[in-house]
Amino acid sequence: MKKFAPSPHGLRKVHPPSRRRVLLNVAAASVATLAAPYVLAKQAAQVVVVGGGFAGATAARTLARDGDGDIAVTLIEPQTQYTACPLSNAVVAGMRDLKAQQFGYDALDKDRIKRVSARATGVDPTARRVTLEDGTQIDYDRLILAPGVDLRFDGLRGYDQKAAETMPHAWKAGAQTLLLRRQLEDMKDGGLVIISVPANPYRCPPGPYERASLIAHYLKTKKPRSKLMILDGKDTFSKQKLFEAAWKELYPGLIEWVPLSSGGQVVEVDAATKTLVTDFGKHRAAVASVIPPQRAGEISAIAGVADKTGWCPVDPVTFESRLQPNIHVIGDAIIAGGMPKSAFAGNSQAKVCAGAVAQILRGETPTAQKLINTCYSVVAPVYGISIASVFEPRDGLLTEVAGGVSPMDKPASFRAEEARQAEAWFETITRAVYG
Amino acid sequence: MTYRAFKPASLLVLVALTVSPASAGTPPVGAASCSGCHRPDGSGTVPDLGNLTTDEIVAAVAAYRKGERPATVMDRLAKGFTDEEIRAIAAWLTQGPSAKP
Ligand SMILES: Cc1cc2nc3c(=O)[nH]c(=O)nc-3n(C[C@H](O)[C@H](O)[C@H](O)COP(=O)(O)OP(=O)(O)OC[C@H]3O[C@@H](n4cnc5c(N)ncnc54)[C@H](O)[C@@H]3O)c2cc1C
Repeated sequence: MKKFAPSPHGLRKVHPPSRRRVLLNVAAASVATLAAPYVLAKQAAQVVVVGGGFAGATAARTLARDGDGDIAVTLIEPQTQYTACPLSNAVVAGMRDLKAQQFGYDALDKDRIKRVSARATGVDPTARRVTLEDGTQIDYDRLILAPGVDLRFDGLRGYDQKAAETMPHAWKAGAQTLLLRRQLEDMKDGGLVIISVPANPYRCPPGPYERASLIAHYLKTKKPRSKLMILDGKDTFSKQKLFEAAWKELYPGLIEWVPLSSGGQVVEVDAATKTLVTDFGKHRAAVASVIPPQRAGEISAIAGVADKTGWCPVDPVTFESRLQPNIHVIGDAIIAGGMPKSAFAGNSQAKVCAGAVAQILRGETPTAQKLINTCYSVVAPVYGISIASVFEPRDGLLTEVAGGVSPMDKPASFRAEEARQAEAWFETITRAVYG
Repeated sequence: MTYRAFKPASLLVLVALTVSPASAGTPPVGAASCSGCHRPDGSGTVPDLGNLTTDEIVAAVAAYRKGERPATVMDRLAKGFTDEEIRAIAAWLTQGPSAKP
């Protein structure tokens, strides 16, 4: 049997009164465990996961399944339904239903994960305790934070939560996604659509260009006199050559990309007039999607695991924070070398982190792993491109050791196959994480 | 209010010990990522690795790496693994569904 080294606080939990009934049931049931004395000698280690997105839900399930029952997993997530971002650009372009993006947590409950529908508002790394919005406290041996990103409503002049109701970011899928779609549907033919893209790092590096592509597809088929402009805070972007070749082939003259060096960086917006201001001039849009700068979800700053960049540095083998012991961070919230902020990456990191946490709790030394990221971008309904890479810990960072983007100059059948794979991947990952 | 008695986990330990005798163990280097695309029941587009033998997987990845087998992403990913790593991953993937994440 494996040995465990749970913290002295491992089982001390504070719960609101509503837990009493559950406790009575547990107390009654635990009489049965007396029949197996070796069980009572062992205490399950407590792992608390904050955030039930691609990263957090994967970590919780991996630990619950592979933890051999030696690990009790609690997942803290305020939403009862998760809305996935991958393929949400197809929802924006009217090619897909938002419902296809939404997933519940029933399967996680069946995995014996204790799910708490609340927001974590505090973390005490010394006491190893998480506080919820209602004051409930939950103790942990190991904490895994997977809060995703926060949009920085202080990061772009004029762009606050209210402005987002006029110039949707649609960078967290849901109501914002449908709002952008409706605005496109309501736009008169001949209108100018503008997408504003922040400097690196941000969630899903190729995402803005996929959005531009699919909106262009919508405009080409439904509003052919319209144009699309990308105002960019940088001079190069992910899968750039492939996107540009596809735009030339599929949407000639429709998309204009303005890089940083040509005045692409948006420094201010005016929601009332849908005006985007750059250092070089002003652009007025019929529809504007403003993707603001981002940072790791707020709870990481509260826990003291975010550094002054706003992101969380971690050990690339265990994903333990470089700033606080016993707290691991995975998914979009981390910055740990070249791995992009993607659902695929978050899922890979979660599996590796869960394995390392289980090893640590067993008193073993975590083994270094290799991680994969594969990200598809859908440029048109039957035209997909991808980036696929392998990463490994080197000099304390997740470093790309192999990989690259789809080859140039491939026939339509190759692009169609990658478009099919994009959808197959989404089905596989969402089934693995939520199904 | 403080409860020290909230230990549903001990019940789970019992269940786990009775139902699953063996530990899944830690997957070999890189293996955890495969299930990001390859799902146990196959999907048509992306093949089900559970239907293949260890040798078939090893041979396929070697051919991907040399560019001798048509690929979309596997040729790019195969170059990130050594022969030993591929063999260990293939062996692990084909050792039965209960051991996979
Ligand atoms: C338009 C678009 C397209 C994309 N396309 C792709 C793609 O094709 N492929 C790909 O791999 N990736 C894609 N991505 C990126 C992908 O969506 C993210 O990388 C992924 O969602 C990150 O997962 P995560 O678990 O880190 O964060 P999230 O998915 O954001 O999950 C975080 C969760 O934590 C919860 N949370 C936050 N704070 C707290 C708290 N204090 N207490 C409790 N819970 C909390 C939130 O409610 C949320 O459910 C795309 C993103 C966008 C915007």
